[in-house]
Amino acid sequence: MTNTSMSKVPVTANINGEDVTFLCEPRQSLLEVLRDVIGLTGAKEGCNNGNCGACSVIMSKDPAGNGVLVNSCLVLGVEASGAKITTVEGIAPADGLHTIQRVFLEGAALQCGICTPGFIVASKALLDKNPHPTEHEVRNWLAGNLCRCTGYDKIIRAVLDAADEMSKEKDRG
Amino acid sequence: MQAFSYVPARSISEAADILAKEGDGAKLLSGGTDIIVQLREGRRSAKVVVDVKGIPELNQLTFDPRAGLVIGAAVPVYRIYNNAEIARAYPGLIDAASIIGGTAVQGRATLGGNVCTASPAGDSIPALIAHSAVAVVASRSVMREIPLERFFAGPGRTVLNAGELLVRFQIPAPQPHAAGAHLRFIPRNEMDIAVVSAGAYVVLDAAQANVLSARIALGAVAPTPLFVKGAGDALAGKPISAENIDAAAKLAQAAATPITDMRGTVEQRKHLSYVMAKRAIEKAIERAKA
Repeated sequence: MTNTSMSKVPVTANINGEDVTFLCEPRQSLLEVLRDVIGLTGAKEGCNNGNCGACSVIMSKDPAGNGVLVNSCLVLGVEASGAKITTVEGIAPADGLHTIQRVFLEGAALQCGICTPGFIVASKALLDKNPHPTEHEVRNWLAGNLCRCTGYDKIIRAVLDAADEMSKEKDRG
Repeated sequence: MQAFSYVPARSISEAADILAKEGDGAKLLSGGTDIIVQLREGRRSAKVVVDVKGIPELNQLTFDPRAGLVIGAAVPVYRIYNNAEIARAYPGLIDAASIIGGTAVQGRATLGGNVCTASPAGDSIPALIAHSAVAVVASRSVMREIPLERFFAGPGRTVLNAGELLVRFQIPAPQPHAAGAHLRFIPRNEMDIAVVSAGAYVVLDAAQANVLSARIALGAVAPTPLFVKGAGDALAGKPISAENIDAAAKLAQAAATPITDMRGTVEQRKHLSYVMAKRAIEKAIERAKA
């Protein structure tokens, strides 16, 4: 906080399906904007330098909307202009939990929960791109998400289980 | 974080004008995975942050089997390794592009940023040097080309002049019976900074019995990424043999002048320079034969 007089910039982005216009300083990260300006506190601040993945969101700037997993602490809020952003709040349907979330709960793939939104978002990005990942692919994809409680095995198993369940759901239509 | 203004530049000339006007007060933002952390932690400072991702030339990613590969400085690495044609033609570059950070970092991080950050351990750099990459840089008035092995001046320092920005990398077309490989030694499987890394590119003869030419580069063993011309030249014109590969790897090792730090000792890095160079050459040869 060296200079609070730096003027704020209006930014419009589509966040979880809704067009949102917010004011932010260029120095504010997308994570700060999501949490402190917009009030979406699902993305967590862990390390604030791109190592832990707790702030993971899916971001897309191309019109086709191909989402890319990013650390929102490593994105400036102003860079979100015109982007489509999905946070953990945008993953659950209105009436309950997403399959990934339910399977994480059933499989006890979380303990303290701080890393969980990041893992859910990262897992969603993986399964959107690769609906049938191998265990190696899951471990490699999630290498940027740190969990200090579970020891990872339950998380990896939950993602593999979620992949199975989601493909069954898809077959059932 | 320190306050700054933000300019999403739309052209090379717009970005170069700001660099010329603001000097060191202007910092370029590409993927942001280094600069945002550096600004936040006070390791670098900026009056104005110039976002170069919207400049068309910096977003170019094109491959032509005859003309080669052009990678814009602001192309995030996931676009490179998700391109099946590029992945087939340059497996050694893909080795490097796919180990920069975790998935979320790869959604943003760029080879341009990796090179301009100029870490001696920069993950993409030995591979780019081995593949004879040339950096195209621009100022307000001039564009010039710099072979990547001459791009670095020291840890965190490049030969870019004030007012210059990196536009793209040009990588020669893949030659027949040729391939590259890049390896990194870290204590875990992914997401760590190299203790030692090595890139190799070999061109074999049609009989796949002799090496026509080779280029070998090492990372994290000198103040800058290290091109070991003599190691590649020692293989040129020689039959593929364990002895010749071993001799080239020993020349690479001899060129390494590592330091001891939290990631490894001089002794370990000297040893790894040999092992990584040897394996990178072997893997490149194996791919070139395939």
